[in-house]
Amino acid sequence: MIAIETINLEKTYAVGFWRKKPRVALRPLSLTVEEGEVFGFLGPNGAGKTTTLKLLMGLVFPTAGSARILGFAIDDQRMKAQIGFLPEQPYFYDHLTARELLNYYGQLSGVPAKERSARVEQMLTRVGLSDSAGMQLRKFSKGMLQRVGLAQAVLHDPKVVFLDEPMSGLDPMGRREVRDLIEELKQQGKTVFFSTHILSDAEALCDRVAVIHQGELRGVGRVADLTSSVAGKVELIWNGSAVPAGFSALGAECHMSGATMRAVVPEAQQEAALEILRRERLRLISLTPVLFSLEEYFLQKVNSAAQPAGVVT
Amino acid sequence: MSRVLCIAANTFREAVRDRVLYNLIAFALLLSAAAVLVGQISIDIERLVVVNLGLTAVSLFGVVIAIFIGIGLVSKEMEKRTLYTVLSRPVRRWEFVVGKFLGLARTLFVNTFFMAIGVFAALLYVSVPHRFQSSDAWILVALYFIVLQFVILCSLALLFSSFSSPLMSAVFTFALFVTGSFAEDLRGFAWMSHGLTRWLATGAAYLVPNFSALNVIGQVAHEQPIGTHLIAYNTAYALAYSATAICGAVLIFERRNLK
Repeated sequence: MIAIETINLEKTYAVGFWRKKPRVALRPLSLTVEEGEVFGFLGPNGAGKTTTLKLLMGLVFPTAGSARILGFAIDDQRMKAQIGFLPEQPYFYDHLTARELLNYYGQLSGVPAKERSARVEQMLTRVGLSDSAGMQLRKFSKGMLQRVGLAQAVLHDPKVVFLDEPMSGLDPMGRREVRDLIEELKQQGKTVFFSTHILSDAEALCDRVAVIHQGELRGVGRVADLTSSVAGKVELIWNGSAVPAGFSALGAECHMSGATMRAVVPEAQQEAALEILRRERLRLISLTPVLFSLEEYFLQKVNSAAQPAGVVT
Repeated sequence: MSRVLCIAANTFREAVRDRVLYNLIAFALLLSAAAVLVGQISIDIERLVVVNLGLTAVSLFGVVIAIFIGIGLVSKEMEKRTLYTVLSRPVRRWEFVVGKFLGLARTLFVNTFFMAIGVFAALLYVSVPHRFQSSDAWILVALYFIVLQFVILCSLALLFSSFSSPLMSAVFTFALFVTGSFAEDLRGFAWMSHGLTRWLATGAAYLVPNFSALNVIGQVAHEQPIGTHLIAYNTAYALAYSATAICGAVLIFERRNLK
């Protein structure tokens, strides 16, 4: 079943003194996310990730197009009870304590009073804030605020969780905890849609990713497929301490590491490279195809020309 | 409705924790000093001076709070982005606006309640013998009218806050407070004018909130009674005016993109 669907969703702001100058924040975006998926929305800063999330949350209104979450329109209150949202660099009511804030959000989300206290305490423990639960948020560090943000996003047990740059500004420990939480949500069958520009996190967590750049969707794919694709190059490792004659002519990138040499050559030059090693009587240790990393896919998509809009699943 | 009350309770709690009610200390000091001083320099008009000074101070302190909290009610939440996590929940935008309004109105009501205690305490202090008179009950009516003024101001501040910056909202709201305080004079001017000036002045006179009708401090200080028809008229006027301003704020806010 489809959890999130956008159909030619588009946002253009009117800027300038007379508000007559258009500034395109998001070009027609058509995208679907299946229920239970962890979906990464990748893009450099200013790519349109936050605009997309704001459109889905009903915080800004689309210029054209539409979106549905769990089959409901984005302004449907029934849908909003079933989603959780963590904005980028979240700010909360700093006059409240963490416990009061979660209680407040629990009330607004319609969590029954009987369950609310227990749920709040459970979430505080889950994000490691039970000791600071009675402290006003104005005394919290950035990492602690991010934890509160995560707690409020999942407090009411939503079916779909939207996280805008959830790892931003966190130390390695904090990032690890967020990753654990996302994995936990996946195990519970929740749909997680998160934006990030930290590709290693996306590679480790996501089932599928989409790349957006300059407000335009550049590509969507399964992480497993993207990272198993061959990049058209092979890596050779052999015992030796010098680059054999003729290797440079093959367009190889050679690196020495102790008593072994490593070279990456185009797949078409594989046989020629092996022939040189045989001729020089060098012992080959390994020959492996070079795989795409998510970073390479990302850079390729960001640097590629715009693609025509269409439904991408 | 529970969401509206929840937002209102949070707005009130924010005002209390941000030490807004600390103004009561300044008010208490001012009134104590005034009561002692008046007792020494006034002869037979101590009560008149204390009622005048006390109610004017209640009004001014409240106006400052209404404007300076009111202008930030929506814009501050947008600027700080605290609104994002509220509106991504099953909370309608009108519920948010009405909740914020009720929260500020409650803050002003509580503030006025404590200041009213101060006024009556000062009145008791300067009265000889130290006891209340039956005409002092009209002070409660004057205080009620002051609260109605705050309700109108809150709604106006909220209206301006829904589409302009805090500074501009403060300027607009304060300008309307000043103009509204002379609304009766403006109506008199309109009546005496001719042609286009008359149309414009009449339009302006009925558009600005009529705060002068809500100001009965002078009457009460002189122990004159307030007619029940004025109480009913002012109540209906304040509620209708505030409701219109809040509806305007909701209409604007419903269409606003949160950047």
